[in-house]
Amino acid sequence: MDLDFSPEDAAFREEARAFIAENYPKALREKQARGEDLGKEDFLSWHRILASKGWSAPSWPKEFGGTEWTPTQKYIWSEEQARADTIGILPFGVAMLAPVIYTFGTQEQKEKFLPGIRDGKVWWCQGYSEPGAGSDLASLKCKAERFTGDDGKEYYLVNGQKTWTTLGQHADWGFFLVRTDPDAKPQAGISFLLIDMKSPGIEVRRITTLEGGHEVNDVFLDNVKVPVENRIFHENQGWTCAKALLAHERSGIAGVARSKRGLERVREIASTELSDTGGPLLQDPFFKRKVAELEIDLTALEFTELRTLAGEQSGKGPGLESSILKIKGTEIQQRLHELALEAVGHYGAPYLRDLGHNANIGPGYADGLAGDYFNGRKTSIYGGSNEIQRNIIAKMVLGL
Amino acid sequence: MDFSFTEEQSMLRDTVASYLADHYSFEQRRDALKTEAGWRPAVWKAFAEELGILGAPFSEELGGLGGGSTDNMVVMEEFGKTLVVEPYLGTVVIGGGFLKHSGYSGAADIIAQIIAGTTTIAFAAAEPQARYSWQDLKTTAKKDGSGYLLNGAKAVVIGAPWASHLIVTARTGGAQRDAQGVSVFIVDKSAKGVTTRDYPTVDGFRASEVTFENVSLPAEALIGSEGAGLPLVEKVIDEAIVATCAEACGVLRRLHEGTLEYTKQRKQFGQPISQFQVLQHRMVDMFIQLEQSISMTYMANIKLADSDVERAKGVSAAKVQIGKACKFVGQNAIQLHGGMGMTDEMAIGHYFKRATMIEGAFGSTDHHLARYEGLSLGKAA
Repeated sequence: MDLDFSPEDAAFREEARAFIAENYPKALREKQARGEDLGKEDFLSWHRILASKGWSAPSWPKEFGGTEWTPTQKYIWSEEQARADTIGILPFGVAMLAPVIYTFGTQEQKEKFLPGIRDGKVWWCQGYSEPGAGSDLASLKCKAERFTGDDGKEYYLVNGQKTWTTLGQHADWGFFLVRTDPDAKPQAGISFLLIDMKSPGIEVRRITTLEGGHEVNDVFLDNVKVPVENRIFHENQGWTCAKALLAHERSGIAGVARSKRGLERVREIASTELSDTGGPLLQDPFFKRKVAELEIDLTALEFTELRTLAGEQSGKGPGLESSILKIKGTEIQQRLHELALEAVGHYGAPYLRDLGHNANIGPGYADGLAGDYFNGRKTSIYGGSNEIQRNIIAKMVLGL
Repeated sequence: MDFSFTEEQSMLRDTVASYLADHYSFEQRRDALKTEAGWRPAVWKAFAEELGILGAPFSEELGGLGGGSTDNMVVMEEFGKTLVVEPYLGTVVIGGGFLKHSGYSGAADIIAQIIAGTTTIAFAAAEPQARYSWQDLKTTAKKDGSGYLLNGAKAVVIGAPWASHLIVTARTGGAQRDAQGVSVFIVDKSAKGVTTRDYPTVDGFRASEVTFENVSLPAEALIGSEGAGLPLVEKVIDEAIVATCAEACGVLRRLHEGTLEYTKQRKQFGQPISQFQVLQHRMVDMFIQLEQSISMTYMANIKLADSDVERAKGVSAAKVQIGKACKFVGQNAIQLHGGMGMTDEMAIGHYFKRATMIEGAFGSTDHHLARYEGLSLGKAA
């Protein structure tokens, strides 16, 4: 049992660090520093740079453009990205959809869709949740009926509503769960469809979240025509794809490297902020203890994740333990938000979104911390709420 | 022992509640917050003229309704239930508190203007470096003839954009963090040398960064005795904390009720999610937090009349309970609403945001725990 990095790992870390330093877009870094909302091209710019290096899809099999990095290398890579405060590659295409396509898709589908995902050319969004189907995803109602078009080809006619579609306002394509057999048991009548978001009959409508941002959307589908060849896997067996995808959605969710960086930021803020008695807040016994507790919990999460990674290295897929990572990872992210907001005292209150980010009210690092805290409440809700994750552990791991 | 409200207080509650039901719906509030002013002077005018509540805690000889801190509590709890932003706390509770307790010679006139709705007050106490210490003051008031020259900067002064006057803490002697040398002044916001930078807050209020540059104050601007103002400041802030705890009780009631209602109608897995035991226990814990908060608010309200130390202990204890409850009830209300709780469209998130800001108002949970510890060990307030 050891934690040693091999000389190859150390060399890889150097390479990763140097690559980020030399290639991370300067304009993007400046926008991040100003706390501006990022646009479509901002998100894709870093993705494309990584794609040209061959690093945009580390987890994929080599034949589709993966890196075949070891779990240790992936761990190093996520650490280096967090360390340099880079944005991440959005998960919808690379981390969520692609594994479904290369596991369940036809050769044609792999050839058609994987390159665009890998290279950051096509923006994907997720059409899973519905107003009536959240935690109980299998009760989804959006229906797809088969018909033969005038051109003699087979199509689905899709009608319904999806919701919480993250960054759907930018999407070129979406992957949707739709009901193709209304009479079957809930899980048995679902199919997995890829839909061009420019199709007639699709409307994407903004949902403003409580901190004022535009991140999620409602998607309305009104008689949307989808070619049958855009279905992944068999008709009525989309739930198999959905489950596989959710496991992948959970495995990246621990966010250990980002939380470590977040903790560093809290320490930085609390070294500048003063306590009631005038010393650095970080020396305040109450605050200091909370930082220490959080750091210990984060260490526990890190080693749980490393054990999972080691298991993966020896051939096990992302297992049911990923629910532990999701629960603890999101709780820690939320506590970091709490602590950062608490650290800035009175300056948590100003709402500067509409004043522009050069408003210069209070210290610059305080800007947006309340918004981050409010927005961060989503993490224990999305990707299967933390209550659902506990059900999964109770049933599938503990056998209760 | 009696925890009931008088007939007058119950009537006051009904008056406020029925006015707010008609004029302060979630949509009406949202529209008002979007305007440039960010509040409704017409509502304030109605508080003064139609409802008469701006005189609630003032004696009848001053033109008030003859009530006290319990009446402030009644009003503030109703305000919490509807997320009222108009500056009752700054004007009536804090402004009125300083005027009542200081023996200030001009008190009667200004209180009459408060009751009439023509004077509104914001409390400019916090400074950028001071966190929640009220005696950490870089703002100075230097003797200048018979009056003073005021210089300094104040942070996140809630309600300042709507205020005609500011109550300002400033140092007339001593070093930056000394207990001695703290004085309190009432300053006309339009006085030469007062500048404000206005902005909205995350919970729908408006606030300002306020700077004073050689603001010339007459001798009568001083409230209380020169250099010995800290006990007065502590007393009035404790009253403001009790009023804020009462507001929090209103906010918490709505968070809890809203969550019960939502989970009863939201169906997943073929049943209302309120049927899941894990969620039932969560809502029970929210309920316990709410009840404990109400109890502690009443306790602190009673302690306001006690000695300085007992008052401060009681108030800090209540603020600790309220801070914890705001976090627990607020976070779980959002969690149990699922994605819907994350939307700007639903009221629940707005109650959560207010609850979050109350956590830090007049001192965080840690601040008040430390204050309580200090007092329990026999140290001065």
